[in-house]
Amino acid sequence: MSVSPLVEQLKGGLDAPICLTWELTYACNLECIHCLSSSGRRDPRELSTEQAKQVLDELAALQVFYINIGGGEPMVRRDFFEIVEYSVAKGIGVKFSTNGAYIDKDKAKRLTDMDYLDIQISLDGADAATNDVVRGVGSYDTARRAMDNLASAGFGPFKISVVVTRQNVSQLDSFKALADSYGAQLRITRLRPAGRGAHTWHQLHPTNAQQRDIYNWLSAHGENVLTGDSFFHLNALGPALPGLNMCGAGRVVCLIDPIGDVYACPFVIHDEFKAGNVLDAGGFTRVWRESDLFIDLRQPQSAGACASCGAYDECQGGCMAAKFFTGLPLDGPDPECVGGDADVMLASVPVSLVPRPSQDHSKPARVPSIAGSR
Amino acid sequence: MRRLLTAALEVHPQVALRPEPFGALAYHYDNRRLVFLRSRDMLKVVESLSTHPTLEEALVASEIEPQRWDSFQSAIDSLISSEIIRVR
Ligand code: SF4
Ligand code: SF4
Repeated sequence: MSVSPLVEQLKGGLDAPICLTWELTYACNLECIHCLSSSGRRDPRELSTEQAKQVLDELAALQVFYINIGGGEPMVRRDFFEIVEYSVAKGIGVKFSTNGAYIDKDKAKRLTDMDYLDIQISLDGADAATNDVVRGVGSYDTARRAMDNLASAGFGPFKISVVVTRQNVSQLDSFKALADSYGAQLRITRLRPAGRGAHTWHQLHPTNAQQRDIYNWLSAHGENVLTGDSFFHLNALGPALPGLNMCGAGRVVCLIDPIGDVYACPFVIHDEFKAGNVLDAGGFTRVWRESDLFIDLRQPQSAGACASCGAYDECQGGCMAAKFFTGLPLDGPDPECVGGDADVMLASVPVSLVPRPSQDHSKPARVPSIAGSR
Repeated sequence: MRRLLTAALEVHPQVALRPEPFGALAYHYDNRRLVFLRSRDMLKVVESLSTHPTLEEALVASEIEPQRWDSFQSAIDSLISSEIIRVR
């Protein structure tokens, strides 16, 4: 199957994003070792409630249909409900990601009473032992309690969101069974070496053999499992997985961070991929439509070292963030290229040349993760 | 393919349409489905459904040449299955 004309058109950019992630805060009660935004402490420059509402006014005018709210832990913000309610009232649906720590019985009820709201609870192991190594001691039980509370409040099909790692690939069936037991929907996404994940990626990312397992599993269950279209680099293994198979960074996807900085996607929080700030003159609209970075990303990209690969049409060279944070050229193979084409290059990238996330909100005095850094 | 030319149709009340360079995006707030309308002509037709008694009249009013009607019918048919459009 070759690239559809629609995908070609989407690469040229849209008048407004389809998939906009807004991280409301860098504050978090947990310290997951793969956190894509290196969250922990609140940034004092965090957007105020009023500023957040102005951004929502703008998104409503742009007819952004829904936003993905994340963090950090978004429910840490005292104005969390105020912001979500304002958004929904403006016709912008909300899907938010949470570790569940603040979803007690009352909050579960309040969330259930809202329209156009989806909840995604993060879980990275089908049992406490697997999950807590990545997300912290007690976090499995916390997430399950939130799920129980949502279920008893009658929320309906919430989502369970899993980042696939070397340690949990073998649990995909268990995750599915868990989701089914709640009448929930399973979402699995790809681990990227972003944020603190840049330090732990080498220990956590699936092996090439496991990547084939993921591909096979998704081919069998794909229609009922959400993926955020994040596994398109696996399409080089066979018939394309369902979804939009392209890197949407700056084209259909973008991130607004807690201080209003706009990045090409949630996994590239780095100065190189910062397009502007929502508080700049012209606001978000101007950043989306006119920033040099986004205009540049919408130009045809070179296939570089992938040009001679027969799978390029299906795989598109993979994920820009994954390449960037492993020090690989952006116009070459993905570090998890299923053809193994990046292995030699990966091995030869001098550690000093691997870009480090340009900011870090991790809590101080963090004990090095069990996985350690490379 | 179903014969839809004589059907009276409308955009589902829970659907929002957003024009884009390639055509438009249609989003259904209830089932959360996002659908692509792949040309501006298609958008024109969809937008004119509710003000015309039949699909055929909406096609005529949007100045779509009859040789393209078949492809519009099948596109409309799939928009009905995703509940973006419904029978009035
Ligand atoms: S060489 Fe490039 S296009 Fe081919 S499979 Fe690897 S990453 Fe994908
Ligand atoms: S850089 Fe990677 S994570 Fe970001 S939009 Fe592209 S493929 Fe997705």
